[in-house]
Amino acid sequence: MYRTPRLFLFAAPLAAVPGRAVAAGMPQLNFHDPLLIGQVVWGAVIFGGFYLSLSRFALPRVERVLSNRRTRIQSDLDVARKAKAEADRASAELLSARHEAAEQARAHVERIQSEARASADAHAAETAKRLESEIANAETRITQSREEALSSLSEIATSTTQDLVARLIGTQDEQTVASAVKRVSA
Amino acid sequence: MTGEASVAAGSTIDALGQFELHPVLGHLGEALRFSQSPLFMLIAVAIVLVFLYVGMRPAAVVPGRLQAAAEISYDFVHDLAVSTIGENGATFFPFVFAIFFFILAGNYLGLLPFSFTYTSHIAVTFGLAIMVFVISILASIRFQGVGFLKHFLPAGTPVWLAPLLVPIELISFLSRPVSLSIRLFANMVAGHVLLEVFAGFTIMLAGLGAFGHVLAIAPIAINIALTALELLVGVLQAYVFAILTCIYLREAVAH
Repeated sequence: MYRTPRLFLFAAPLAAVPGRAVAAGMPQLNFHDPLLIGQVVWGAVIFGGFYLSLSRFALPRVERVLSNRRTRIQSDLDVARKAKAEADRASAELLSARHEAAEQARAHVERIQSEARASADAHAAETAKRLESEIANAETRITQSREEALSSLSEIATSTTQDLVARLIGTQDEQTVASAVKRVSA
Repeated sequence: MTGEASVAAGSTIDALGQFELHPVLGHLGEALRFSQSPLFMLIAVAIVLVFLYVGMRPAAVVPGRLQAAAEISYDFVHDLAVSTIGENGATFFPFVFAIFFFILAGNYLGLLPFSFTYTSHIAVTFGLAIMVFVISILASIRFQGVGFLKHFLPAGTPVWLAPLLVPIELISFLSRPVSLSIRLFANMVAGHVLLEVFAGFTIMLAGLGAFGHVLAIAPIAINIALTALELLVGVLQAYVFAILTCIYLREAVAH
């Protein structure tokens, strides 16, 4: 599955190269060579050392730097998020304070208005009452005056009649005249 | 590829001489069986470790180029291990990282003139493959107990098929280290033999006089293209080896 066309390319020049190279055999397959086995042992030692220095020192160092960066970015993000939340809260507070103030102001205006209305009403009612009582007083006075006038009418009528009778007939009988006037005016 | 582009006796090309092992450090190397192969293993390992060390030394929050390269190689293998093996991938990540970079560094180091490609030796690649094989068996026992043996009879198979299926599964299981090692070995050998052969053509053509000098440009051009191809193959084979390691390990840790 991971084959490359190179392997086929490889075959062509090898076939073109006359015998000796291939016939001599590959040095990689000369297992009698102590150096061949030696490189495997050395390879194991070197690879082991490589693995250990990678897993103990080199790679954790990279990981530290990467995780430092991650935490730093994360903490910066957290700070930014917190600042935003605070700003949001402050703005919400401001809004609600403004709202509250507006509400208060409206309530205040309404109260003053209603107070003014109430006082105006009271004033009007008072005036009306005063006027009514004055009217009532005036009417009483008028009635009184009329009654007075009416009551003094018979007196005036009687005295006038007595004067008239006295003038006409020279005598006066107060009693008679008074009863006559009373009879007439009744 | 080796610098000893040895053209034997003028007419033949010694394409395999580059794979011969020679002791280094004189008698000490001979006594310790220390050839250029382990020497280049040491160089490769040192390059990778120095790369990681120097790259990560700034430990900057905003990485520079080298640090970014080190982090990318870390992330690349880490993602490969974790996404393929699963939640236990982090346990095997250093191992997969070591495998990948040991092979990659070996493949790339081998492309330099006068160097040696230790991944072109079947003994080395088979050693790596056997190591992966043994570790995946140990991981199977560690994570699944003896129960991992039931993988040799796929679930839902009729019992009468078992005598046929179990040997097939067993053979395919046992052939894993063989295919794993031969794939890498053959790829590296093929690439380096091709480079050597075309380099040899150049020298042979150059021996033919003025006309040959002109013709010799063709194999050089081919070798340039082959080098580019080898750069691709080097990383591809390292990747294939690493991802197959991950797949075997996933089977080992999966329940």
